[in-house]
Amino acid sequence: MTCLPVSTEKRLGLAIDLDTCVGCQACVTACKGWNDQGYGVPLSDQNPYGAEPSGVFLNRVHSYAVQPIEGEAQTINFPRSCLHCEDAPCVTVCPTGASYKRSEDGIVLVNEDACIGCGLCAWACPYGAREMDAEAGVMKKCTLCVDRIYNENLPEEDREPACVRGCPTGARHFGDFADPDSKVSRLSAERSGYALMPDLGTKPVNRYLPPRKKDVRQDASILAPLLDIKASGFAGWLDRVLGKI
Amino acid sequence: MHPAPSVIVFSVLSGAGFGLLFFLGLGFVHPSGLVAFLWWGLGYGLAVIGLLASTFHLGNPKRAWRAFTQWQTSWLSREAWASVAALVLLAPMALSDWLDLGLPRPFGWLGAALALVTVFTTSMIYAQIKAVPRWHHWLTPVMFLSFALAGGAVLAGQSFAAVLLSALAAVLLAIWQVGDGQFARRAQTLGTATGLDRIGEVTVFEQAHTAGNYLLREMIFVVGRKHAQKLRAIALALAAVIPAALLVISGEVWTFALAAICHLIGALTARWLFFAQAEHVVGLFYGKR
Repeated sequence: MTCLPVSTEKRLGLAIDLDTCVGCQACVTACKGWNDQGYGVPLSDQNPYGAEPSGVFLNRVHSYAVQPIEGEAQTINFPRSCLHCEDAPCVTVCPTGASYKRSEDGIVLVNEDACIGCGLCAWACPYGAREMDAEAGVMKKCTLCVDRIYNENLPEEDREPACVRGCPTGARHFGDFADPDSKVSRLSAERSGYALMPDLGTKPVNRYLPPRKKDVRQDASILAPLLDIKASGFAGWLDRVLGKI
Repeated sequence: MHPAPSVIVFSVLSGAGFGLLFFLGLGFVHPSGLVAFLWWGLGYGLAVIGLLASTFHLGNPKRAWRAFTQWQTSWLSREAWASVAALVLLAPMALSDWLDLGLPRPFGWLGAALALVTVFTTSMIYAQIKAVPRWHHWLTPVMFLSFALAGGAVLAGQSFAAVLLSALAAVLLAIWQVGDGQFARRAQTLGTATGLDRIGEVTVFEQAHTAGNYLLREMIFVVGRKHAQKLRAIALALAAVIPAALLVISGEVWTFALAAICHLIGALTARWLFFAQAEHVVGLFYGKR
């Protein structure tokens, strides 16, 4: 049913550290790699080697330049994927019941067998988290790797979303936001984690950890003393003679 | 938003069809025999063709029946129910007019009401979406209902159609005026969308992907907006002003036919703009609107 659960036992989601994300796109690749052969139909590509390739990705990494009022401009890499909202507008608009939010862990999923591909859920999502698969005609979205996180056939360290597992800088953290002592809850509290566009009333679960405060640039170079070379001996004599000519 | 032809044709034709069924159901005209068959047939034809057209943009039309299941939360599902209920409940009245069965007129009232409810549910599919500020306004249902009533009155050959067309003109001017400021009133920028405005001024350094994707095609449609003002003038003239003037000049059948064709072309133009000019907030992440 597309009625949202009143509350969920867990609130599984991601804490994304914008300070450590280097924009390498490893999470994008890991996500595509896993979900191409996991939950539901594969993430199809159209014209992948042609002039205008296109395809479904459940995670996209943007790069922004941010200019503070004082100090240096910063490059901030910004991964964007489903935030598994508590009040998910994509779920309630679905006419077929294909979109749903799980009451046990809060994951928002699409039952592809019931999806008619009307695209209304993608319209309702303010975050662009849903992309239609042009091949299968069904809506694709982040599953929080539901087929990994509970998968007892995988070694324990692999039971987290592919994007988290694949991140080389540890910028992505997976956990339960309903548990105040979980790693993600503590990280979010310590680092003032924030939700995206909270005024739209979607109550996202995922949190973004803003970049830490940057050092102030020192105008005097720390290399300056080393560059001030005093020549001595024959070179010093030559330096003095040449300076007088 | 991408102006999908199937959705534009669907919403315009079914809107006009349900508008006509509304007036037929209420008994504003009392046709009989072949005339009744053709008139009711026009209403049913427009409504049904529209509803069929709406399935063309589905990824999996064969599962369309499932759209009846989620009426508790989904306006699209409610629309499916309302449209079928209106068409079924009006059928006895249509048959009565055609075959002169003499059914009392109140038999058509509930169906007539449901015809307008159908148009309202269609409009709420768009008006409910907060992520498209231009649509998320009470004027959206008012506009859809104005089109249905004005178009329906023209198709039903009613003398007061000119008044409804004038009202439609006012609604169009109002929704364009209000709509143009809706995105700005939401006060969402790239900075607020990403939350990076807490650090400084945000600009796109590098796009997330070099090629196009579903989001860019579906939600960040920017083609054709530069001609918006001209298209608005055309839509206003064809949908409302010219048909109204025609009906003031003459009340002949051919004038109504001409006014109806003119109105529908104008309505298609206006509906194209309704989609093409609507900006989705996801465009902000791409530095676009």
